[in-house]
Amino acid sequence: MNSIIFSAIWGIVMMFSGLFSKSKRSLQTFAVVGLILLLVVNTLELNGDHFFNIDLHNMLYFAPFGLLSNSIAFASTLIFFLLSSTDIFETGHNAAEYFALIFFVLCGISIVTSFNTLLMLFLGIEIISIPLYILTGAAKKDLKSNEASLKYFLMGAFSTGLMLLGIAFLYGATPNGSFMLDDIAVGRTAASPLYMIGLLLLLVSMSFKVSAAPFHFWTPDVYDGAPTVFTSFMATIVKTGVFIGFIRLFGDAFGQMQSRWQLFVAIIIASTLFIGNITAVFQQSVKRMLAYSSIAQAGFMLFALLALNNFAKEGIILYAAAYNLATIGIFAVLGKMKDYSFEGFNGLAKSYPGIALVTTIFLLSLAGIPLTAGFFAKYYMLAAALETGNFLWLVIFAVACAAISVYYYFRIIQAMYFKTGEPQQLKVGIGFQYALFAVAVIVIVLGIFPQWLINELYVIYV
Amino acid sequence: MIPILLILIPLLSGLLSFFLRSQRAAKNWSLISSIISLVVSCFGLWITNESYLHYQTDWIFSLGSRFSVSLDGMSQILSLLTTISFPIIFIATYRNEYPNAKNFYALMLLSQAGLLGVFVSTDALLFYFFWELALIPVYFLSSQWGGERRIQATFKFFIYTFTGSLLMLVGIIYLYFHTRDKSFSIDAFYALRSQLPAASQNWLFWLFFLAFAIKMPIFPFHTWQPDTYEQSPTAVTMVLSGIMVKMGIFGIIRWLAPVLPIGSWAWGDTVSALCVIGMIYASLIAMQQDDLKRLVAYSSIAHMGLMCLAIFATTKIGMQGVMIQMFSHGINIIGLWIVIDLIEKQLHTRKISELGGLAQKAPGLAILLVIVGLANVALPLTNGFIGEFLMFSGIYTSAATVYNVVFTVAAAVCVILSAVYTLNMIQRVFYGNTNALTENARDIRANEKFALIILVAIIIIVGVYPQPIFDLTRHFVDSIISKMNYKI
Repeated sequence: MNSIIFSAIWGIVMMFSGLFSKSKRSLQTFAVVGLILLLVVNTLELNGDHFFNIDLHNMLYFAPFGLLSNSIAFASTLIFFLLSSTDIFETGHNAAEYFALIFFVLCGISIVTSFNTLLMLFLGIEIISIPLYILTGAAKKDLKSNEASLKYFLMGAFSTGLMLLGIAFLYGATPNGSFMLDDIAVGRTAASPLYMIGLLLLLVSMSFKVSAAPFHFWTPDVYDGAPTVFTSFMATIVKTGVFIGFIRLFGDAFGQMQSRWQLFVAIIIASTLFIGNITAVFQQSVKRMLAYSSIAQAGFMLFALLALNNFAKEGIILYAAAYNLATIGIFAVLGKMKDYSFEGFNGLAKSYPGIALVTTIFLLSLAGIPLTAGFFAKYYMLAAALETGNFLWLVIFAVACAAISVYYYFRIIQAMYFKTGEPQQLKVGIGFQYALFAVAVIVIVLGIFPQWLINELYVIYV
Repeated sequence: MIPILLILIPLLSGLLSFFLRSQRAAKNWSLISSIISLVVSCFGLWITNESYLHYQTDWIFSLGSRFSVSLDGMSQILSLLTTISFPIIFIATYRNEYPNAKNFYALMLLSQAGLLGVFVSTDALLFYFFWELALIPVYFLSSQWGGERRIQATFKFFIYTFTGSLLMLVGIIYLYFHTRDKSFSIDAFYALRSQLPAASQNWLFWLFFLAFAIKMPIFPFHTWQPDTYEQSPTAVTMVLSGIMVKMGIFGIIRWLAPVLPIGSWAWGDTVSALCVIGMIYASLIAMQQDDLKRLVAYSSIAHMGLMCLAIFATTKIGMQGVMIQMFSHGINIIGLWIVIDLIEKQLHTRKISELGGLAQKAPGLAILLVIVGLANVALPLTNGFIGEFLMFSGIYTSAATVYNVVFTVAAAVCVILSAVYTLNMIQRVFYGNTNALTENARDIRANEKFALIILVAIIIIVGVYPQPIFDLTRHFVDSIISKMNYKI
């Protein structure tokens, strides 16, 4: 509760701060301070300090799992601000509003990670989506950005409609008409058609939100069209936040009838991995490649949904952290470049050895090479799926796809280190480089000692 | 304490090497570091107190993985090979100049750390970690300092081996879930052989075998190998062919055959047939090669095939042969690469047809090469003979297959073929008349001579008196064969 209220308040304050201060530096400091406070109040809640004792009629439920994933989201946003806030200022004149919108999105994420009724889920998803439509279109003079925003809005509205429809079906299918997860879950081993339709509609709309195939068609265009800095935010923090909601929904409401929807999820995983990885291979623009890579990574994250065991819950937290860190880092570097093509990276290692090194670490992490956080993230997902015992074919398919992903991630490494070319001039300050290095160090530390993050969850749960 | 030192010395000195100021310092630093590793590994052979050879501590508690390393017969032999090879490689290529040399030497040392880690780890997850850690530096080394087509060639190599190792990872996780106390330790894995039904063992076998077969390489997974050997800088090729391919053999002996004995037994004939096909195929291609590097690359495929064949024969004598041959093959092939590197550096060609009469100009080199070449074709009194003789005895007396005679004869044909192409190569490169290119060739220099003389000394010592190696590995061979002979 702390973080929901605090982020909403801070968002409003951020919005008005633009009136009092035109200085970029003070705006940035203000946003960073807000995030640090947000992290603190969330951690306090994790330790049992509730600032607000409001009777919620059980509509929200604060478990360590959700709160910890909040922390991941806030920490990632903090890193995102430290690395990319100069890019936010360059996007347009309304920087204060952009920061405010990001805080509102974080408020939505806090709701989505701790909902206990479908209404709250819907509310959270909408609070996330509407600011994102605006952020996507933030580059007002850019036609591509406008198109992306409109496209995102139309498709998003459509999927929201499906979600509402699904919620309505489930409402009708519960004996006394209820939106509460417990009422939906209770005694459900055999399901009426009404119930199944509702479930599948929710599956479709949530798959849409996390850009799982075959509901991914909006993703490449929107990610490509949006200003790079906001693509970074959307593809990482928002996506992993919604994933937590996805897993909570299916774990708490539909967990008992897992066997009935597991196959659907398996098919979604297979097609997501296949389409994401294969299409990424053929991209010429790094930004678009990263869009497809985010689809492919979503395929791996969906394993947590498939398995829903302890491994899955620990793993998705680690995956969220690993994926957020690496992708934010790469997008931050990309944001400093003018040329987004693979050739744009040629010879980067000569002129900027430090940046090339950390980018390499991020790419290795995304590819899932040991010694990086990405390895253990993938490890947990595969282990979770193998523990269920039924999906060996899917695991082997995923592994083959992971091998394909090496192809497009390593193209950047090859360009940076082994190809010669006229390197681009990057406008990077020393602070940016230190921040980037710190992120890379975290990626490696998590790759050697993943339990430092996971034990938080493990200790509290067991 | 010894195994942890073996990993830490190259790891730390490698990391430090990135930050050295001068290129020359990096060169000397890596030479010193590799010699220290050699001393430590020799110390491990001398020591009688068992507790120095094992080390373990908690690593990822919630996953049931421990950082546990230990040295037994096979890992002693392979760490010795690794720690001998690196100083020799550094000495032999001492005069080579690399742009950005400190990065080159740093990555070399990191790959040494990875290799030693693979050989000493007794925890499956840790093993997987080092398995990849050995690969990444080699990828960067070859792509950065290699030949013209280096980027494609090493990328192919990387994708191949990475795919294989991911499949192995799936296998490791699967086995982990079936261990009794959810652990990655090798003893827990060995205990599995009585629990896993034959049907699971049969498909699990391939998850592991593919990873190892790609690394060795076994036909038909060998296509990355000639290109990579050809395109890598020679120092890296020595690491690849001398030590890294042994990871595949090592993997089968430690992590596959004793863990899945029924699967290994069931697929033994198939694998052996692949080995034999690969041996004949590689030998025939080697005879046609005009490029020295490719010739040695294909000859290496043939040798690895024989070792794999001997493992699946499941006899003590054959396994003993594999132990010796793993060591000998590494020594011999590094010797061959040193000679090829010398020729290429001096004359800027690797084409056999463009060379000739080098023995007149470089008699020292010729003598040393002839000894290495003879060891490569397994002439008696050289180390190659001991290993191959034992392996052939093992294959011939094997009870694991009914085709033992066929395999023995086919493999023996390859030994004859290997004599044909090796001697033919020596003859055409070193004897005959000199031509315009080789007219001005000079003889071998001190550092290269030193490296080669050490190798030749090892070849002859092991060839004449192999008993210490038998003593070192006997206990290990017995225990592995008894594990492999497990039948439900």
